[in-house]
Amino acid sequence: MNTSKIKVDQVTVEYTKSNGSKWLSFGNHRKRKDGECRVVLHDINLRIEAGEFVSILGHSGCGKSTLLKIIAGFFKPAAGEVRIDGRKVDGPRPDHVFVFQEGALFPWLTIGENVAMALRSVADSKERLQQSREYLALVALEGVENDYPHMLSGGMRQRAEIARAMAARPDILFMDEPFSGLDHLTRLHLREEMLYLHIMLPRTTILFVTHDIDEALQLSNRLIILSEPPARVKCCRTIDVPHPRNPASDDLGELRAQIYHHLGVHTAL
Amino acid sequence: MWWLSIWNGTEQVPGLRQIASTLYELSTNGVLLRHTVASLFRVTAGFYLAVALAVPLGLFLGRHARINRLVNPFVQFLRPISPLAWVPFAMLWFGIGDRPAFFIIFIAAFFPLLISSTTASASIHPIYFQVAANLHLTKWERIHRLVLPAGMPGIILALRVSLGISWMVVVAAEMIAVKSGLGYLIIDGRNALRLDFVIVAMLTIGIIGLLLDLCMTRLEKMEAVRWRLEHK
Repeated sequence: MNTSKIKVDQVTVEYTKSNGSKWLSFGNHRKRKDGECRVVLHDINLRIEAGEFVSILGHSGCGKSTLLKIIAGFFKPAAGEVRIDGRKVDGPRPDHVFVFQEGALFPWLTIGENVAMALRSVADSKERLQQSREYLALVALEGVENDYPHMLSGGMRQRAEIARAMAARPDILFMDEPFSGLDHLTRLHLREEMLYLHIMLPRTTILFVTHDIDEALQLSNRLIILSEPPARVKCCRTIDVPHPRNPASDDLGELRAQIYHHLGVHTAL
Repeated sequence: MWWLSIWNGTEQVPGLRQIASTLYELSTNGVLLRHTVASLFRVTAGFYLAVALAVPLGLFLGRHARINRLVNPFVQFLRPISPLAWVPFAMLWFGIGDRPAFFIIFIAAFFPLLISSTTASASIHPIYFQVAANLHLTKWERIHRLVLPAGMPGIILALRVSLGISWMVVVAAEMIAVKSGLGYLIIDGRNALRLDFVIVAMLTIGIIGLLLDLCMTRLEKMEAVRWRLEHK
């Protein structure tokens, strides 16, 4: 049973409230006796196979991003463990790339230089530039490599960020609501591009946190729905509808209704 | 007539005519240039010394909150002591000449630079460090590709402010320990009751200060820090 790509075992996360002020520390290692404790994630168990595109859905604040950051190695869980390819996760790794919700391009570097940051293993600087151009072309960004992030629109920045992530040749790609700050049309475009990327790189496992149900339905081959905090895995759904999918089709429509139901929405349909 | 007294001066204030002729005289015989260069030299030396020590130290402290908590009380204790209060020690330790002036300018520039660079590096958004961890940046890359460029806008602002302070302090330092510089020109003018000398020196100080600030504002417009202005 250890063959799964990602194995999340009984992961529990607690926030500890110290000094009666803010939710400060994370996990067990700094837990204080006097601090009030709040369980965020409780006993999460997941198996994810190589090449899967898994979307994690749930109410805002339910710990979706936290779960993602734990699997990516940014945080330690209070209990339980995450194994990737059988090895325990003990920190972020260059082949497990995280695309952040907020823009995380270095604003002091040009777009080209940002992408090249993931290509530092390429010794020749011309070759590096050439490759970063190719990755930018992959997300339909051309002729902007000398621009700074602030000169670009939000959608273009997010594309550049995906290009930087792809340039790191990730084994696993973590995406934390990557399109949530963008307008509807841009999101639809980026959705298409994500699909295209996943078809091009079938070995890349993608974990995708979103609160856009249509996005999840169109992109992923599995949905994981978390309950309200303390969050558990409420349900898992495999979607085997072939791409390209029409979110208005009957199969997906029924699934959507189920998801809304699981998320406690009964009237918005 | 009020304009006549401006032109000819009064007992207390020399008139414009006299100031103009003194300005002309001091500029053509090289005295003004010599004093200005002497002052600028001292500012440059003391200021560079402060930059070389305060900026790296500040960037380091900003990233190491625990060490900063230990060091900060000392900094805050020393900071409000006027640089001029160090004059007796400066003279005791460094004697007469340029070195006590360097020291006083160093003290004046050091604390604002230290505090601003600490703040600059402490306020770098943690997301960039997560990206750095994700991309496995080495320690050196983290410093020169992340901390330094991210802190640069704050550092440049601090350079601008502390260069102004240094320029202000050099004049005071020169009134004590040395025999050259614009501060010395003022003291010398006072002793000789040549208030026109004093005013010419003050005018020069103001103009140089303005020019220094213009240089620093240019620095703020550099490509490497422009992102700060537009970045949300």
